[in-house]
Amino acid sequence: MPVISSGLDMVPADDVQPRSSSNLTRRILRRLGATLFVLWGTVTITFLVLSILPGDRATILLNIRSGQAIERTPEELAPINAAYGFDQPIAVQYIRYVSGLLHGDLGASYELQRPVLNIISEQIAPTFTLAIAALVLAWIFTIPWTLLTAGRGARLGAFGSAAETILAGLPQYWVGILLLIVFAIWLNWFPVIGGTGLVNTVLPTVTLAVPLAGFIGQSIRSEFDRAMREPFVLSARARGMSAAGVRARHVLRHALIPGITLSGWAIGHLLSGTVLVEAVFARPGLGAVLVNAVNTKDFALVSGILILNSFLYVLINFIVDLIYLVVDPRLRDKA
Amino acid sequence: MTASVTGQARAASERQRSIFKVPLSVALSVLVALFFVAAAITPAALSTHSPFDTDLLSSLTPPASDHLLGTDDIGRDLYSRIIWGTRQSLLIGLGAMAVALTSATVLGFAAALAPRWIAEPIDRILEILLAFPTLLLALLFVALLGPSATSLLFSVGIGTAPGYARLIRAQTLKVKSSGYVEAAWALGHPGHTIFRQHIAPNAFRPLVALFALGIGQSVVWASGLSFLGLGVAPPSPEWGALLEAGKANITVAWWLEIFPGVAIVFVALSFTQIGRYIQDRLEGTLHQ
Repeated sequence: MPVISSGLDMVPADDVQPRSSSNLTRRILRRLGATLFVLWGTVTITFLVLSILPGDRATILLNIRSGQAIERTPEELAPINAAYGFDQPIAVQYIRYVSGLLHGDLGASYELQRPVLNIISEQIAPTFTLAIAALVLAWIFTIPWTLLTAGRGARLGAFGSAAETILAGLPQYWVGILLLIVFAIWLNWFPVIGGTGLVNTVLPTVTLAVPLAGFIGQSIRSEFDRAMREPFVLSARARGMSAAGVRARHVLRHALIPGITLSGWAIGHLLSGTVLVEAVFARPGLGAVLVNAVNTKDFALVSGILILNSFLYVLINFIVDLIYLVVDPRLRDKA
Repeated sequence: MTASVTGQARAASERQRSIFKVPLSVALSVLVALFFVAAAITPAALSTHSPFDTDLLSSLTPPASDHLLGTDDIGRDLYSRIIWGTRQSLLIGLGAMAVALTSATVLGFAAALAPRWIAEPIDRILEILLAFPTLLLALLFVALLGPSATSLLFSVGIGTAPGYARLIRAQTLKVKSSGYVEAAWALGHPGHTIFRQHIAPNAFRPLVALFALGIGQSVVWASGLSFLGLGVAPPSPEWGALLEAGKANITVAWWLEIFPGVAIVFVALSFTQIGRYIQDRLEGTLHQ
């Protein structure tokens, strides 16, 4: 995995505290090991689930291509089984699958008969843009909201957290429908049918960002309230720092930590949340491809998208962990 | 809640008062939940029209006194359809939660209590499964099982199970390392007695809250899959299917897309609120 090892090289050596530097390296290596293990696990579980599925894959494949749902004769199935290696023992299929993945080969789509990787790379840009934009927007909503309502007395806090609970509980697809009806159909501010331009991206981004802002807000708020009771708040105030300054400079920094963890988690979930949002806004992207693949039982494509998504998820969480180790010295000594 | 109580005193007495009086939001949530449970049990008593009778002369009429929430493209009464769809929507949510919690309990207990050579691999597998977002895991199983109400139930259940298993594992580990379990070991109680009398009840207690919290989320996931056309198919008044069916007329009949969603949101929020309340109360009693 060249991506991960080059990322590792970029971690700055800890010059300030040479004593804990080997400690840091050991922790990073351990995280790397765990990351690679989870990646291997996702690939293996996906492979196993698809191999023991009910129904013959060669039949499904032929039926997808011909658009029929009929029984197939062994003569028809033989060439497909040979071409896709379905006639091999499962261990051989597994080894081929994994070595294919290591070479960046996710197999060929049953329906479209093209490499899965090509289909994904054509469609991933709008989906990835949407996920990242939503995460950024969620943070833009959350930080001022937390600074305004957290740690300022029970009543304001209760109001703030009630709003967060409601936002976090809203189904993304319904938020999308609501925004679509109000801003595209009634007010005519945005086009009803989606493309991938900037104008078409606004409503889908807000749709994903609103419930996510609720989630991040919930986790930041409790940490913010806790940090407000820490002695360093009092000492900063005693040094003559303004209340707003303490909140923004010191307390917020502590409160951000759980929010950052959640962001790593959120990216994986945003990529799947785009599935629903793309359906609402008729926006092209990976989500539309996935829904179609699930509908037609194009397992090569489904598993390709699944593996890619978990790969990104695991990679991002690895990076988040690295950021922690570098940012928060307290974690290093726990090794 | 009297308004005359001052802020300071209010905060101090909040915990004490909540023992005798349920907060307004929880009371409202219970009412909403009861309404939908009633709708699921006796839809005929709460609906105003038949959910299947078509009336082409009054198709796509906006909400009015005759049709409370308007009608769809073939003149069916939307309010009655939502009421009749409650049973299926709630049952799928309930079933998914049962599937999720059953498997999560077995896996969570095993990962926390079994000997290392069993617990460790289970824990690793849970970690791997958590790398799949809920929706994608559910979609994988919909692809395998084909779209139907039953496969929706299992798919959503399996999709949400790993997260719950991790929670149960953490809770069990906490109970296992607690003072009273240690004391029971020191007193020489056999392992199965300790499990039955101490670990199981204390690890199970938070599950009541989790169950209430989870039903709302399961309804949201299941309706989402139906909305994608991968769950219950449109002639059914299941809420996600209603949203899916209304999509074609979204530019002319907003009510078809808004109100089924309102039902989903009401169920999700009210069950979550009730679950949170139970959770807080249980934590309160544990601390006393």
